[in-house]
Amino acid sequence: MTTDLQDHPTIMHKYLRSHKKFPHVWCPGCGNGIILGSIIRAIDGIGWDKDDIALVSGIGCSGRMPVYVDFNTLHTTHGRALAFATGLKLANPRLNVLVVMGDGDALAIGGNHFIHAARRNINLTAIIINNNTYGMTGGQYSPTTPTNRLATTAVYGNLEQPFDVARLAEVAGAPFVARGTVFHALELDRLLQQAMLKKGFSVVEILSHCHVQYGRMNRLGSAVDMLKWQRDHTVPIHAKKEGDDRIPRGVLVDKDLPEYVEEYEKLIARLREEADGSAGGQ
Amino acid sequence: MNSSLPDSVRLLQGNEACVEGALAAGLRFYAGYPITPSTEIAEQLSARLPRVGGKFIQMEDEIASLAAVIGASLGGLKAMTATSGPGFSLMQENLGYACAAEIPCVVVDVQRAGPSTGQPTSPSQGDVMQARWGTHGDHPIIALCPSSVEETYHLTIRAFNLSERYRTPVVLLMDEVVGHMREKVVLSPDVEVLERPRPVVPPEWYFPFEDPDTDVPPLVSFGSGYRYHVTGLYHDRAGFPTLRPDEINPWFERVFRKIEESMDDIVQTTEEWMEDAEVAVISYGISARSARAAVRRARAAGQRVGFVKLNTIWPFDAQTVARVAEQVKLLVVPELNRGQLILEVERAARGQAPVRGVNRVDGEMILPDQILAALEG
Repeated sequence: MTTDLQDHPTIMHKYLRSHKKFPHVWCPGCGNGIILGSIIRAIDGIGWDKDDIALVSGIGCSGRMPVYVDFNTLHTTHGRALAFATGLKLANPRLNVLVVMGDGDALAIGGNHFIHAARRNINLTAIIINNNTYGMTGGQYSPTTPTNRLATTAVYGNLEQPFDVARLAEVAGAPFVARGTVFHALELDRLLQQAMLKKGFSVVEILSHCHVQYGRMNRLGSAVDMLKWQRDHTVPIHAKKEGDDRIPRGVLVDKDLPEYVEEYEKLIARLREEADGSAGGQ
Repeated sequence: MNSSLPDSVRLLQGNEACVEGALAAGLRFYAGYPITPSTEIAEQLSARLPRVGGKFIQMEDEIASLAAVIGASLGGLKAMTATSGPGFSLMQENLGYACAAEIPCVVVDVQRAGPSTGQPTSPSQGDVMQARWGTHGDHPIIALCPSSVEETYHLTIRAFNLSERYRTPVVLLMDEVVGHMREKVVLSPDVEVLERPRPVVPPEWYFPFEDPDTDVPPLVSFGSGYRYHVTGLYHDRAGFPTLRPDEINPWFERVFRKIEESMDDIVQTTEEWMEDAEVAVISYGISARSARAAVRRARAAGQRVGFVKLNTIWPFDAQTVARVAEQVKLLVVPELNRGQLILEVERAARGQAPVRGVNRVDGEMILPDQILAALEG
């Protein structure tokens, strides 16, 4: 007996780990699965060999993503994914290194690494899943929890101001910054693909939802309701008009800057030439 | 340089000897953050590494430095960082990660007086226990401790070799005096350099955390066709997270066994004047210099005093200490702290001989006179 899947395996089956025990750890309705699908479609579109891809993560719900995909996968310590990825990329520049992080992971405990990675401009793709909370530990407020919203550590309302992830990345020097949402999954495929192909440090902020923690505490409804919020409260950057307070989506920054690893390889080549020159002159 | 001497004979600072040893051992990646009294290591490697095709990067802090080192090691390069006490404290979580994921790397800690900011330009041996237990959870660790510039050169090479052979982080515990003093070093033209075990099986047969033939499973670099998972979580033989005791316990047993069953290879202890000794002075690192001078003077004065020097402090050479404790009437342990390694000496001695510490934490060295007084007392 054959099934359609035997004759026509999906793109997902080409990239997921067949010998890994599923199910995954994510709650039903979570945006992480949709984002993983989008990452896979973006990679498949580019046509990278699985051997040449490294997926690096930190700690949290997003941190579990690498375990499911058939790449070189590295699940690091909390907040440090970009620093691990920096060493990996410098050691093997041929690898396409993707780094997936949550908002707490990338911007609180890993905030220093994030701004310095943006400033340094190493060819990494930083994917930040922003669900406004620490989901895995039970819904504490994060650096992107809006002011006055409720969290398990802000039961009277959050007194702090949130980061704007994309603006932070831009002022820190990232040459490519984009924002997408889980709702706009096909648009996200394209944004991720552009980011992956960009030479330099590229950042994609993905607005996601944690209906189980953040959504429930703030009475934002089901996963579907929160996806509709993403639809209704964001607008493509090119369609955004004066006075429109919706959150812009799309490519927000795209400029060319010298990439660190390439500059370092040039330095090595220059020093080698100088050494060869002086050796030949003797 | 004196032209009558061969190029291999050099007058070097300890930190410079560390650089020479690291490069001789095959170092090709360094990530670090400036901190006294280790900074010369970073400065020199920033100039030297690109000349040999290696990479240097100054990271935003010590946490990121060790993270980048681990990433680079997985990428296939021999990798190292260097720091001092405060930075070593920041590295502890990732040091545990390297233990758990069995990633070869070398962490140099040029110890300075502490706790906290302490005395950045003064020596200390205050990080002995931090090197052993600074990271959380049970784990094996290797830590080496040089007492001279020449030893720094050789023990740095050894640190890389042990790290690669046993797939584990190795801590090189220097101190401010060893790091900054200048002494003669003979650089070896042909150094024994070990490489990490590589798989001899195709990818579908490969398990990065279990091998039927050895307790040190081969480690293959990311990007070479063997796609696998690395995590700091408890993991199964393939690297995937597990909650199963029947997978967790064998892992723990193996990572301890790979060190404990190779004590003969890992532990380096030297003994002098021990044949007829009635008192033994046991020391390591910079304090061993004062200790040896004191023992020599005691011998010249006709006292039956012997000297035991520990080049490997972790794992601790309990076997030698136990044997010595049975022979002598007194064990004296000079160290630049309030008494750290003495706890291991007491444990190994099992009450066979009294153990007396000679300690100092004010940023000054222990002098031979202080040790001689302890022999009398």
